[in-house]
Amino acid sequence: MTTVSLKNVVKRYDKTEVVHGINLEIEDSEFIVLVGPSGCGKSTILRMVAGLEEISDGTIMFGDRIINNTSPKDRNVAMVFQNYALYPHMNVYQNMSFGLKMGKKSKKEIAKRVEKAAGILNIQNLFKRKPGQLSGGQRQRVAMGRAIVRNPDLFLFDEPLSNLDAKLRNKMRVEIKELHQRVKNTIIYVTHDQVEAMTLGDRIVVLRAGHIEQVGSAMELYRNPLNVFVAGFIGNPPMNLVNAQAVKEGGKIKICLSKNWLIEAPAGAISKLKPGQKLVVGLRPDDVILKGLENGSLDNAAQGVVEVIEPLGSEIHVHLNIDGVKITGKCEGSRDITAGERVTMACNMDKLHLFDAKTENVVK
Amino acid sequence: MTLKKALNRILYYCTIIIYVMTIVYPIFLMTVTSLKPTREIFKNPFGFPKGIYLDNYIHLIVKANFDVYFLNSILIVLISLLFIVMVSAPASFVFARYSSRWNTFFYIYFLAGLVIPIRLGTISLLKMFVGMGLNDNIVSLIIINIAVGIPLGVFILTDFIKMIPKDLFDAARLDGCSEPSVFMRVVLPLLMPAISALAIVIFIPIWNDFWFPLILIKSDSMKTIPLATALLFGQYRTNFGLVFAALSMASLPIVAFYLVFSKFFVKGLLHGAIKG
Repeated sequence: MTTVSLKNVVKRYDKTEVVHGINLEIEDSEFIVLVGPSGCGKSTILRMVAGLEEISDGTIMFGDRIINNTSPKDRNVAMVFQNYALYPHMNVYQNMSFGLKMGKKSKKEIAKRVEKAAGILNIQNLFKRKPGQLSGGQRQRVAMGRAIVRNPDLFLFDEPLSNLDAKLRNKMRVEIKELHQRVKNTIIYVTHDQVEAMTLGDRIVVLRAGHIEQVGSAMELYRNPLNVFVAGFIGNPPMNLVNAQAVKEGGKIKICLSKNWLIEAPAGAISKLKPGQKLVVGLRPDDVILKGLENGSLDNAAQGVVEVIEPLGSEIHVHLNIDGVKITGKCEGSRDITAGERVTMACNMDKLHLFDAKTENVVK
Repeated sequence: MTLKKALNRILYYCTIIIYVMTIVYPIFLMTVTSLKPTREIFKNPFGFPKGIYLDNYIHLIVKANFDVYFLNSILIVLISLLFIVMVSAPASFVFARYSSRWNTFFYIYFLAGLVIPIRLGTISLLKMFVGMGLNDNIVSLIIINIAVGIPLGVFILTDFIKMIPKDLFDAARLDGCSEPSVFMRVVLPLLMPAISALAIVIFIPIWNDFWFPLILIKSDSMKTIPLATALLFGQYRTNFGLVFAALSMASLPIVAFYLVFSKFFVKGLLHGAIKG
């Protein structure tokens, strides 16, 4: 177990900079998730921590030890790869014991550790099989077993679930979380899937184009996104982001979402808004209040048409068209709602997010 | 079954039978002829022998020194193959794994060997080996075979190593392997199918090589099977029983070699094909 510090870490390929001065402190035993779209640099950062990529600038520290020039084998890290990277010519036991064998551990010690790791992952019965004879989930477990046996200071996971089907992915996600609760090692986990990020990580690092956009717990990122990117990336279905403008009406600052849709500015934001300022209004589908037409007189409400419904059992995702603005909302699964129906939509004003359209940073 | 389908099937089997016959019949004829005395060969060239006549083989081994030629050929092939693999496998690892300008230059330099016919250099090679005192020695043949085989080895093995997922190398490095041990413990075992394919492709031309033994070898004790077999053809008279027995003996190692290595070769191909 160890702490990990990244200080102004930069990665360049020739003259192209892909990671721009990352600063990050990872606590001992912390499960940290790097999340972002393809090409944001998350795997590159992970590979730099592992020592598989050289860093172009900055410092990486494990505890108080600078490991910039330490070879991968001397960093005591274990990595689970996206395609598992199991050695095809070795059976499961040999795959799991390979790292220990290279570390010149005794046969007795190797057998003990492999048995223990296999017990945790319930793969003792697979020892004699080769990777080609295993299912995706079994390979995944063996890859994790290979990492566990080495008892590393740091676990690195590089999109380990992306090759699995949805059901198995959910199951393995729980197993990874259980594993962390059991072994308590520091884990850096890379994914592009925000559900994985939110369910697994103690803290989440949202990355875009080689920059950190925000660091925080899942609920912090969900409740208080600092910019439009994080707001749109975290949450499923994603937050509704509507272009709007601050206007002055009757001496009050209001927000105009469309020609016929004007809402009050949230109390906390009034002092920060200037008339004419371009905004992006963010509203989570959970905070969309859907009413029947009879409630058309609600404050800050607007009328719209249900375009598409997605019944998911316990809830229904409702896609609305309000005066040309597309909004996704949610309602209880028991509610009788159909496409083409006219409804009234109101916003939970306490949960409204306002971003400056130019800087994309939060206003409120 | 419709008439058209039946005709198609008949045509299909006829084609296969004719194809198989064109391959099997010459081998059959060679083996059968080697078991006949010369007189019977001319009397009954295509039929089965009247009895098992092994004198041709006994003559080849006891009187014509074919055991020595056989051993020479085997030594040349095995040592050549060993060196070709020993040089081309690590070289291919470097070419496939690292990218630099010099790497590309050396890769092209190696591959140039594929397009330059070695026989163009026969006189120079002869002069060189005479200068080195290696003419009339199988070492000169081994050196030539290695030089000819390495470009093909590098070409085949580099492509194969490029197909191995890079994550495997990274996993090995994290597991504590240095670059040489990544090669020895991970790459080399995975290369076995490609090495088998390479061995099969290279074995036959080395075994059958007639040109360089003819140019470089004079002593009877240094001759190879193809050279010795060619010398069985007399100017006025040829003992065809001996010739066919020599040819049968010469083809045995090729068949045995193919049977042994094709197992690895096919196993490797199927491993990739059935499950990723």
